[in-house]
Amino acid sequence: MADNSLRIERADVVIVGGGAAGLRAALAAAAAGARVALVSKVYPMRSHTVAAEGGAAGVQPATGDTFEQHLADTLRSGAGLSHPVAVEEVVRRAPEELIHLERLGMPWSRTPDGLPAVRPFGGMSHPRTWYAADKTGHHLLHTLFQATLRSPLIRRYDEHVVLELLTTEPSPAGTRAAAGAVEGVVGYDQARGEAVLWQASTVILATGGYARAWGTSTNAGIVTGDGLTMALRAGLPLRDLEMVQVHPTGLPGSGILITEAARGEGGVLLDAAGERYLADYGLGPVTEPGSPEAGRMELGRRDALSQAFWQADRDGRTAATADGSVVYLDLRHLGDEVLRERLPLVRELARRFAGVDPARELIPVRPAAHYTMGGIVADVRGQVRDADGAVVAGLFAAGECASIGLHGANRLGSNSLVEALVLGAAAGTGAAQATARRATPPPSPALLEARARELLAPWLALRGRGTEPPAAIRREVGQVLDRHLLIFREAAGLQQAATALAGLAVRLADARVADTSAVWNTDWAEAVELHSLLTLARGAVQAALAREESRGAHQRLDFPEAAAVPRHSLTTAAPDGTLTTCFAEVTDA
Amino acid sequence: MPEPTIEVTVTRQEPGGPPREETFEVPYGERSSVLDLLDAIKEREDPSLTYRWSCRSGVCGSCGVSVNGSPRLACETGAAGYRASGIRLAPLAGVAVERDLVTSPADFVSKLRSVLPWLIDDAGAGAGAGEVAAGSSAPAPLGSMEPGPPASDSLASGTLASGQAAPTTQSPAELSAFADFTACVNCLLCYAACPVVKEMPEFVGPAAIAIARRWDLDSRDHGAQQRAPFLLETEFAIWPCIQDGSCTIACPKGVDPARALRDYQREAMG
Repeated sequence: MADNSLRIERADVVIVGGGAAGLRAALAAAAAGARVALVSKVYPMRSHTVAAEGGAAGVQPATGDTFEQHLADTLRSGAGLSHPVAVEEVVRRAPEELIHLERLGMPWSRTPDGLPAVRPFGGMSHPRTWYAADKTGHHLLHTLFQATLRSPLIRRYDEHVVLELLTTEPSPAGTRAAAGAVEGVVGYDQARGEAVLWQASTVILATGGYARAWGTSTNAGIVTGDGLTMALRAGLPLRDLEMVQVHPTGLPGSGILITEAARGEGGVLLDAAGERYLADYGLGPVTEPGSPEAGRMELGRRDALSQAFWQADRDGRTAATADGSVVYLDLRHLGDEVLRERLPLVRELARRFAGVDPARELIPVRPAAHYTMGGIVADVRGQVRDADGAVVAGLFAAGECASIGLHGANRLGSNSLVEALVLGAAAGTGAAQATARRATPPPSPALLEARARELLAPWLALRGRGTEPPAAIRREVGQVLDRHLLIFREAAGLQQAATALAGLAVRLADARVADTSAVWNTDWAEAVELHSLLTLARGAVQAALAREESRGAHQRLDFPEAAAVPRHSLTTAAPDGTLTTCFAEVTDA
Repeated sequence: MPEPTIEVTVTRQEPGGPPREETFEVPYGERSSVLDLLDAIKEREDPSLTYRWSCRSGVCGSCGVSVNGSPRLACETGAAGYRASGIRLAPLAGVAVERDLVTSPADFVSKLRSVLPWLIDDAGAGAGAGEVAAGSSAPAPLGSMEPGPPASDSLASGTLASGQAAPTTQSPAELSAFADFTACVNCLLCYAACPVVKEMPEFVGPAAIAIARRWDLDSRDHGAQQRAPFLLETEFAIWPCIQDGSCTIACPKGVDPARALRDYQREAMG
């Protein structure tokens, strides 16, 4: 920041992130009369929600489904780390939110009777995934984005990189207590090349997960966990960082997602010899191709399918490619018409990025990091909690960046979009109410400005400094996580990973940001993101090492059994960056 | 054996500065995309090279650039096909350049907003964002952008018990009447391709009109009359279109904005 300028913006509610959770929160907060600042490092319609393919789970009683079954399926998948109260709240509100989207114009796929259609998804006892072909996230994001254009209360700050939560007091050294009250956020306007302070009584973090840290990942480049590390630096704990969902069907190399809906529509998985290998790894008995059955074979849970891949690979049943070993997704029996109508995106992605026509050829697939279950500790109203379980005044979190006790140790497919909607709505309403209720006056502008400059300085000083370009560091972080923190983990590998990541952290501290431009400095922005990814990678490895059991997405070869009592991991950071992981009971708070 | 390389010329521009061309020899493979080449230049040659990207799978719409004069998504454009000709990359035409290959979508978003791209139901267009159900708030004057009362977001405030609300019925045929227009990813390749936009920057343009059509054709929407005055009776909405068809050819998602524009013009002329 050459000229040391600081622009000051004011709002009732600042929302960081413009994906499904952030946009839904903006609509809810505006509906409650709040002036909203919606801040996103991309234009909201570029958010990673856009890549969600399969759909969103919501009970349709007319189909014979019940809230109790959705609750039970979710709890079973969560393997002891889901909170029944949180799950029940989300499950009960899910249909309302999906109907709300319908009223906003969401183009849900339809039954012949004209009702939103549902399809089966892995781990479900009953079909309950609402979908819009296989571009559900695209439609959901654009529907919400266009709806926000209607409100004069929602002011967007597109392509503004948020860097820190603005708290009145620095985090007390060496304590686990959270910092002072949240008074806004600070960040940087990429187009104008200007630092910005957004002052607001409430902040909603809706920044998404951190699965881009892995080298083989279905996630977009922007999914770098920025909100989690902001919370961590503000003295707050991050929960269950080791719980990453590995999707069984990404394209080799790119990691591009081939949705579970392909299997929900009847696609089958074959090994190199063309055998339905899943039956040999506990997912049988074999179903007829084209007749998927809930909970079996290709519609087993994602973690079970990814584990079966690992075992098949070990047993020499996968095919070797330049991008690692693969199995095959067979959609040929569905026919081109079904592919065009129900799975147009799968058809397009397979043709364009794997060079195969799924109506005639097999699609090579392999597991890829997909979704991070852990995150900022929050309750089912989206209120962030500190390490002692107390509400952090003015701070909310919603969507993948939050850990509310819904997904537990393994997320059920289709539960993330509804979480983003339900929690986005709750956080938006709650934040608007909290702002309206605020009794104490905000701190003086001079104090806030001084604090903002203090928080911004280290980030802005990254420019024009250092020696090693960050690209290699970023690649190595991904390789370490792919190797040691994917489907199966063990102590020796995790210790190697911890050592490697510590070395990478030293290198990152001296990473070179050669570009010194104030405007649109992506060299700098990517370095900022890498700081976040590496911090979360270190936290995830540390938590995985500390969790000496196998549960959900966390499978330890050296500790194959689940502990008798399920516990959450909680990772906190000291002011010098040292991470500490402890464990806490699963409570319903 | 050395890696094969391809010559990539990039039109670069600092904010407020003149455009300049820089040429790089970039290694590539059979499966490399144009975006991969940009990444290689940024990593190995010049970290200040500036361009947008995110999903790398053609769904987010971030990485539109001009490739040898044609607007393309860099992530889904193969590089190998250009091995003989070389690759010339430039920012998308017709849009303000912020830096290098980054152009501003701000003008598009304001054009999009001008077509009222949201579902307008029987209760009227005026109620604020977050409106949930027909009848949940009194109809407001047309075009009013005042916020609705807090209670209008009945879902968020918890007053709507589950089971009370029912989704609107829409047959598969009614869905297919507008579904093609919902595939737009707002990548703005159609604006770069449009010969009218080049001459008349105020033209509301292909994507925004296609999205207007998407809402007008949606059986659940009753906003056609409210969109009509802007679409049909203002100078820069549908009428500048000369039916050249470049937008439809340029669209990487199979949307046909030319059809939306043609149908609006025909309907308006009776």
